[in-house]
Parts: sequence; structure tokens; C-alpha cells
Amino acid sequence: MITLPEVLLLATLLFCISVAGIFLNRKNVLILLMCIELMLLSVNINFIAFSHFLGDIHGQVFVFFILTVAAAESAIGLAILVVMFRNRDTINVGELDSMKG
Amino acid sequence: MRTDLIIVIPEITLLTMACLVLLVDAFSKDPLHKITYWVTQLSLLLTLCALFYYSPDYSYIAFNGGFITDTMSVLLKGFICAITIIVFFYSYEYLKENELLKGEYFVLGLFAVLGMMIMTSAYHLLSIYLGLELLSLSLYAMVAMQRESTFATEAAIKYFVLGALASGMLLYGISMIYGVTGSLQLTEITEAINSGVVDRMYLVYGMVFLIVGIAFKLGAAPFHMWVPDVYQGAPTSVTLFISSAPKLAGFAMAVRILVDGLFPLVDDWQAILSVLAVLSMAIGNIIAIAQTNIKRMLAYSTIAHVGYLFLGLIAGTASGFAGSMFYIISYALMSMGTFGMIILLGRYDLEAEKLDDFKGLSIRNSWFAFIMLCLMFSMAGVPPFLGFWSKWFVLKELVASGFIELAVVAVFFSIIGVYYYLRIIKLMYFDQPDTMSAIKASQQMRAVLTINGLLILLIGLAPNSLMRICLTAFSG
Repeated sequence: MITLPEVLLLATLLFCISVAGIFLNRKNVLILLMCIELMLLSVNINFIAFSHFLGDIHGQVFVFFILTVAAAESAIGLAILVVMFRNRDTINVGELDSMKG
Repeated sequence: MRTDLIIVIPEITLLTMACLVLLVDAFSKDPLHKITYWVTQLSLLLTLCALFYYSPDYSYIAFNGGFITDTMSVLLKGFICAITIIVFFYSYEYLKENELLKGEYFVLGLFAVLGMMIMTSAYHLLSIYLGLELLSLSLYAMVAMQRESTFATEAAIKYFVLGALASGMLLYGISMIYGVTGSLQLTEITEAINSGVVDRMYLVYGMVFLIVGIAFKLGAAPFHMWVPDVYQGAPTSVTLFISSAPKLAGFAMAVRILVDGLFPLVDDWQAILSVLAVLSMAIGNIIAIAQTNIKRMLAYSTIAHVGYLFLGLIAGTASGFAGSMFYIISYALMSMGTFGMIILLGRYDLEAEKLDDFKGLSIRNSWFAFIMLCLMFSMAGVPPFLGFWSKWFVLKELVASGFIELAVVAVFFSIIGVYYYLRIIKLMYFDQPDTMSAIKASQQMRAVLTINGLLILLIGLAPNSLMRICLTAFSG
């Protein structure tokens, strides 16, 4: 039988991987979008685990909303990415440094 | 159920009108989008009317605890709509001049306002999250609207990634709070914490993530990385929008989560907010000195102002929260005026973005140099302007709650901050202009900007009128 701390540990690990991915990644903006998705999904695991072990339905409802918002969010993110690629012919994170000060 | 629906009539009005604006724009062939613009302004006015007509003078919690109408939410929503009306007015002039005019700008703006209204009224972590996302997603798209500009797209991608990171943090915090208290509704959360059966350590763990999310969205240091780039890269009209009304909504979100939901943990969040406030004031005021781009300088000034905003929350009393509300409203007025001035001085293909563009403004146009003087003195906190009173109320409450060291630090950094505001005044009054070209702006633009500037002086002369309104929001 899986216990609550085990699931929470999994979710926390995934969350840490995604945050590390956002900060360590210096190559590709697409990977940033993947990390953001992973982050939201790890939160979903948290919600479902709590919802299951508390016997309360609200957490699962919250997950549906997160999934919907995440879809909208990645649509906007990809749209911005396309616009950026048209302007610069690159989606390299390291080259996002035209503004300084 | 019927009362529940009456409570949300302002939001329903705005949603319907936003859809209508989308349709009107799809069928209008006018390159100047005049009808779209006027229907947009009309919808904000209608929302304002609905807001004051249908709001009860007691607080009412609707939709199974998901939505609240109280004095604070009505006041903040009123200010959000009124500020957005002026923002759209400035934006229209700017977009027309720079040939960026698209109907979507107004539609997205209206949806952002809807998001802000939901945030101010949310009483359930789910509705807070949804309101926040509605606001953020609209803003990401608005920043990216100037599609040919490399700066704007770069700003948009940075804003998007860091904003999404902030939402992720906020959600993680929400999930922990939910797991510990077993509820997402703010009053139930408070009850659960007060009952004493929940483990305080896990609560604080979740709360830290919530505060990180709030700090990211408001732009407090050390989570401020996106603010300078977005302010500089986005079209000035969008910067103007981001720096005004959404700050009110961010304040409302902070109050809902920290005061309405997690007030039993006040000692813990006071300590965290103190660190954020000191860092924000230090980083904002010191780095702003080194800037040559005025939009970027104002971005750092925003970071510093968010630090002062937190001071009122740290005070932890009703009058402290009212002081913070006074601060954020006056900040929105000032920043609107300053960005309005940048729009006024700019011409096609030549934005007044550099500090040098303000050189010798008193010779070119003495009246607007005077308005800018009012705005800068107010931002710096010189009496009798509005900005002085906002700092005064916040610091007074902070000292009354016994945080004397923090107040001393705040005064110290605000003295450093005076330098870069006064530098603009020096440029305007004591330097020779690089160009003598006349200011090319419409009569309406001049009139509204004048009213905006004089309002700061007038409210500054009678600050208690606004403060009394803010106090009613927290007296219940």
C-alpha cells in the first residue's frame, strides 16, 4: 500500500527537478515550457494524493482547473515562442540578453 | 442563490461587454478602432455603475464561500475600473501614434480587469488562482503584442516563464495548505488553524511558497528579475497598464491570503515579509540610480514601492492594512501619471525612453515640466504631495506596532531613493534641451494628464479624505 509521505516525496522530487530545469537550462526555451508543465503536474500529484487521503473531493476538482489553465498557458507560451523565433531565428535562452542595466 | 448572482452582476456585466467588444471589433472595418475603443470605455463605466448600484453595504459571502463582497473589494474594484479607464485613454493615444492599434488590446485589457476583479473578491484558493491566471495570461499576450519588436517578445517570454514559475510556486503552496488544513476556503482554513490540531511546521512550509508566489507577482525582491525587463521591453502603454491596476489586485490577493486566511500565522509571515521588504527597498532604490532608461528606472522604483507596501502589512493592524491600501492606490495614480508623461513626450518612432529626453523640458513646455515635477516629488515622498502621505501612514502604523528598526531602514532607503527622482527634476529645469521640437499631443491627452498630475497635488493637500475611505475597508 502506498502511503501519503511516499506520494508527497515523489511530487516534491518532480517539483525540484522542474525548478532546477528552469534555472539550469541555458539552451532551449522549449525545455523551459516542459519544465513549467512538469511543475504543474507535480502539484497535481500533490492535490490528488491529499484529496485521496483526506477523503475530500475539492482537491480533484482543483486538478481539473489546473489542467485547463495549464493548457491555456502553454498555448500562449508557444505563441510567444513562435513570435520570438520569427524575430530572432533562434530560441536559445542564452541569447535573451538584449536588455541590461 | 439569487443574491449570489446579484453580487456578481459587475463581473457578469464586464464579461458580457468584453465578449461584445470582441464581436464589435471583428465586424468593424475602422483602422482607428474608434467603436471598439468607445465600447470598451462604456463597458468599464457600466461595470463601475453596476458595482456601486448592486453592492451591499455589508460583507456577503457567495457561491459556497468562493466569493466575497465587502467594502475592501468594492473599493478596490472601483479604483481598478477607474484607473483602467484612464490607462485605456492614454493607451489609445499611444497606440494610435505608434501604429500598434489592434482591437485585441482592449479585449485582453478587459479580461485582465475581470481577472483583477475576481482576485479582489476571491475567498477560496481556487478562485484566487483562477483570477490570477486570467490576469496573468492576458498580460503575457499584451506584452507580446508588438510582434516585430525583439525587445517586446524577449520581455514577453521572460514574463511568461517567470510568471508561470510563480504560479507553480503558488499552487504548490496551495496544495500544502490544502493538505494540512483539509480545505481551500479561507474562513475554513483559519478555523482549522485555530483549532490547533494541524501541524504548524507544514503550514509554514506551505505559506512560504504562497508568499513566494505573491512576491513574484507583485515584483518584490529577490523575485523581481522580470520587472525591469518587462517594463523596458513592453510597449509603453502595456507597461503603464502593468504598473497600475494589477498592483491593486496583487495587494488584494496578499490581503486575502495572509490576513483573511492565514492571520493565525501572523508572526511567521511578518518575519518573512520584513526580509522581502528590506531587500526590495534596498535593491530597488540602489539599482535605480544606475539606470539611464526611464522605463527601467521606474521598474526599479516599483520594486522599492512594493517594499513600502509590505511595511503596512507587516504592521499587522487594521490601520496598517489601510495604510498599505492608501499606498498602493496612490502609487497607481503616480505611476499612471509618469508613464502618461512618457507617452506625451514620445513621438512616432521616437519614444521618450531615455532620461536625456527629459533634458530642458521646462524650456520646451513649462506646464508639463511642472506636472512631471509634481509626479517626481510625489514618488520621492516630498510633502505635501500624495507620495509623502502614503509613506507617512505606512511608517506611522509600523512604528505604532513596534517595528522601529524596520521603519528606520525604510526611511534610510527612501532618502537614497530621492536622488534618482530629483535627478529628473534637475534634468528638466537646469539642463539645456537637445531638441526644441514642440510636444505633439492631442488636447484631450494634455487635459487628462493635467488632471492626473493635479490630483496628486490635491489629494496630497487633503490626504485624510482618501485615508478615511481606506480605513472603512478594514473596519468591519
